[in-house]
Order: sequence, then structure tokens, then C-alpha cells
Amino acid sequence: MIDPVFLLEAAINGVLLGGVLALLALGLNLIFGVLDVVWIAYVDLVMVCMYLVYFLVMGYGWPVWLGGLAGIGLGVLLGLAVHLLIITPILSSPPVNQLLATGGLLFFIQSFATFLWTTDHRSIRINLPVVEVGGLFLSFARLIAFALSIVAMLGLWVFLRRTFIGTAIRAVAQDRGAMALMGADPQRIYLVTSGVGGAMAGLAAALLSIQYSVHPYFGAAFGPITFMVCVLGGLGNMLGAFIASFVMSEIISLGGVLWSTEMGYVIAFALFIVMMFIRPGGILARRER
Amino acid sequence: MTMLALRHVTAGYGHFTALWDVSLEVAAGEAVAVVGPNGAGKTTLLRVISGVIAPRSGELIFEGAVLTGRPAHEIVAHGIAHVPEGRRLFPALTVAENLKMGAFLPAARRSYRQSLERVFELFPVLAERRGQRAGSLSGGEQQMLALGRALMSTPRLILLDEPSMGLAPVMVLRLFDLIRRIRAEGYTILVVEQNVRQVLKLVDRAYLLEVGRIRMEGRAHELAEQDFVRKAYVGL
Repeated sequence: MIDPVFLLEAAINGVLLGGVLALLALGLNLIFGVLDVVWIAYVDLVMVCMYLVYFLVMGYGWPVWLGGLAGIGLGVLLGLAVHLLIITPILSSPPVNQLLATGGLLFFIQSFATFLWTTDHRSIRINLPVVEVGGLFLSFARLIAFALSIVAMLGLWVFLRRTFIGTAIRAVAQDRGAMALMGADPQRIYLVTSGVGGAMAGLAAALLSIQYSVHPYFGAAFGPITFMVCVLGGLGNMLGAFIASFVMSEIISLGGVLWSTEMGYVIAFALFIVMMFIRPGGILARRER
Repeated sequence: MTMLALRHVTAGYGHFTALWDVSLEVAAGEAVAVVGPNGAGKTTLLRVISGVIAPRSGELIFEGAVLTGRPAHEIVAHGIAHVPEGRRLFPALTVAENLKMGAFLPAARRSYRQSLERVFELFPVLAERRGQRAGSLSGGEQQMLALGRALMSTPRLILLDEPSMGLAPVMVLRLFDLIRRIRAEGYTILVVEQNVRQVLKLVDRAYLLEVGRIRMEGRAHELAEQDFVRKAYVGL
């Protein structure tokens, strides 16, 4: 019998992981929802930003928060660059070509990162305390990452609901042609969306870099689960992805305590396949976007 | 004074030519209809004017400026609002958000409050339903929202593509009344309709478009009396 405190700890860690997964999925989902293009290389962009944060903090002695801000800045630049250089020319190509192009980018980034930085695992060594709450031990880094993820998601939500450009982003996702008739240049809205998606990648990078070490295969480790969370939530469905993040992270976290972390992933991916049979449109498929 | 002029416009899609050498004029303050059977090129005509498609040849002039080939999002800024075929609302956005998108242009954004008040005055039902999703409105309400959204861009010319499409006969009459009121507020209107009988009561002048060519033009009441127009389209 497993100590219930362990289980509770695992459940809470699952929630904390879920917050970061949700943030990762958010940017990918936003871009898919608006442009109908899946950036398969999304988490590899996160990885590049993590390297920047790592080098700024460990190499140049920047404080973590400043390195994180720089990571967000790089994320925006990468988002804009990917949109202008790779997506724009193939925006009206068949989806499979778009997948191949962003998939090509994935391997390009992965190989280039290996060439530049080798396969070493690098981690930011900062001493963040472990917090004890009523016999539970929780990592301070995870708590911060979770809190900031939630704040970022709320911020994005407010941006999409309350501002003109945010509402226009949602409108373009529904009808690109009609938005042009409103006087909005769809290309500009796409660019803004890609920049925001990139900023989300940069923020995720900053929050991940205080918990995980970075290496060229970071995207390979987190990419599939991020993509899976988006599909499970219904691609483009923000709320669905949010819920799916927590479902997945709980399975991984609890599975990790009950069996092993690997087994947690095995169960999560098996569930994903089963869900594709029973709810191919995602868990909130019945609801409108 | 001529507000809008099309000169010898030819346009189409791919290898298909939908409009052949079409010339048309609309004076400021006028209401003009383009009537004709299905597939005559009426929608294409409006799309050329609002910049959704570029003409192959010919000229588009609005208030003295040559706008030929300008993209749709630039043409709106010149003061032309297009209520497209099928309304093209943003179904998952609320009524208020749809209206907000109508005022996306910086100039329109500045007068957002006044425009919104005017639209709500004209269509009180939109004020009642402002928090509701556009997709949940009835057909008539959706058409009002589409009109309201177009007014939000503070246009001088409004292009209407089949405003009566899919509406119950009673609703069609109400809608034409509303268009009459919009017109009375000083907007210039170019409307494309299949409901020829009703639309000829609404406008000053009309063009008859058939297989991509202007076949006839004249005062609305004169056109309504033309034998073959009556037989073919009015159903008398």
C-alpha cells in the first residue's frame, strides 16, 4: 500500500506539471486555431529559447527573471521568423505539406542545436527551496512556474476577449475573408498571432529552464505530449487543451508514483489512442469553439 | 455627382470569366440595384468593388480615387462597406463583438461609441442580444447584425449582396424598410437582389445583369414595367 501522502504529493505535482503543459499547448493551439497550421517544431523553438536563458544566466550571470524576459523576446522573434520564412509561402498549401515543412524545421533545429551545443544536458543551477506544506514537499520552482503559467493564460484570455486586436484574432480564426472586409489585413493579424504564440514559447522556456535541463532533444521529449494535449482538447480549443493538460499530467504523475514515470507516459499515450477512437474531435468536441 | 464608377470591368475566377466589359455608375446619395438571374455575375461585381477579387481589366473609381486592384482591407478604409453573400458573421463571437469588428479601422474605432449607439437605435433587437453569440440569432437578426456591422465602419457606400436571402416573406419586408431607413440617413446603396419586385420599389435606378453583361439600365419604375423583366423576374 502506497502512503496517501505520496499520492497527494504526486497529484499536486501533476497539477503543477499540468500548468506548464497547458502553457506549452496554449501557444501551439492559438496558432493552429487562427492559421490552421500545426507548428510541429513548436517545442523545439522553446528549446532554443531555453538555451538562451541558460547561457545568459549561467554564462553571463544574468538574474533568472531577466534571462527569462530575454527568452520571451527571442520567442517573439522566432515566432515572427517562422511565420514569415516558413508559413507564409505555404499558407494555402495542403496541410500535409505544411506539416512536412514545420517537421523539417524540427529536425533542422534539433540537428543545428546538436552541432552548436552538443548533446550535453545543461541545467541552470540556482538554489530554489523545497517548500513544506503540512508534510508535503513541493518544489518552489514548480510552484512559481505553475503560478506564472496561470497568470500568462489569464493574460492571454483577457487579451483575446477584451482588446480589438485580440477579438480580431478570434474573428480571423472564424472567417478570414470577412475580417478583410472589416479593414483588417489578415496577414498582419497572422503575424501578431505568431508573435504572441512565440512569446508563449519564450515564457514556457523560461519556466521550464528552472525545472528541467536543456538538451537538443528537449523538443522530442516534450513535443509529442504537447501536441497530444492539443489534439485531446480539440485542436484550436483553448479550454479543451487546458483540461487535457491536467488530465495528462495527472496520469503521468500518478502513474509515476504507482509504477514508474515511463509507465505513466505509456498509460497517457495509450489513453490518447483510445480517445482518438471514442472522441476524435477532442474532449469538448460537442461545444462550439 | 458620381461616387462610384466601374469602367469596362472584366473579371472572373481562374479560366472562368464572370463579368464582361461591365460599366456602371452610382451617384452620391443614390440607391442602385443590380438584378439578374442566378449566375449572372452579381456577386462577382460586388467582390470587384470591395476588392475581394481584382478585375482582369477595367477601372474602379471611388470618389475620384482609382482603386483598381487594391486589396479588400484597404478599400474599406476608403468608405465602402460590403455586406457579403451569406452575411459572413463571426458565429462564435457575440453580437457586440461582431459590431466591434465592424469598427476595426482606426478611423472607425475613434467614433466607435457613437456608431454603436446609432446601430442600436436602428436595430434595437441587437442591443437586447448584444451578449449573445451571433450564430444563435435568427436569420433576420443575423442580417440586421450584418448591416449593423457594415455601418460600424462609418462607410459612405454600402454594398448589399442578396440581403433577403433565406428570410421569411414578412422579414423581407421589414428588412427592406430598414434599408430604406439607412438610406434616408444619407448612405449610398448598391444592392444586388434576386427579389426583383421588392428591390425595384427600394431603389432609384437599376441595372439588369445577364451572363456577365449589362443588358439594360434605367429608372427602377421604368425597368419594372419592361415586359420581359416582368415576365422573367417579377413573376407577373
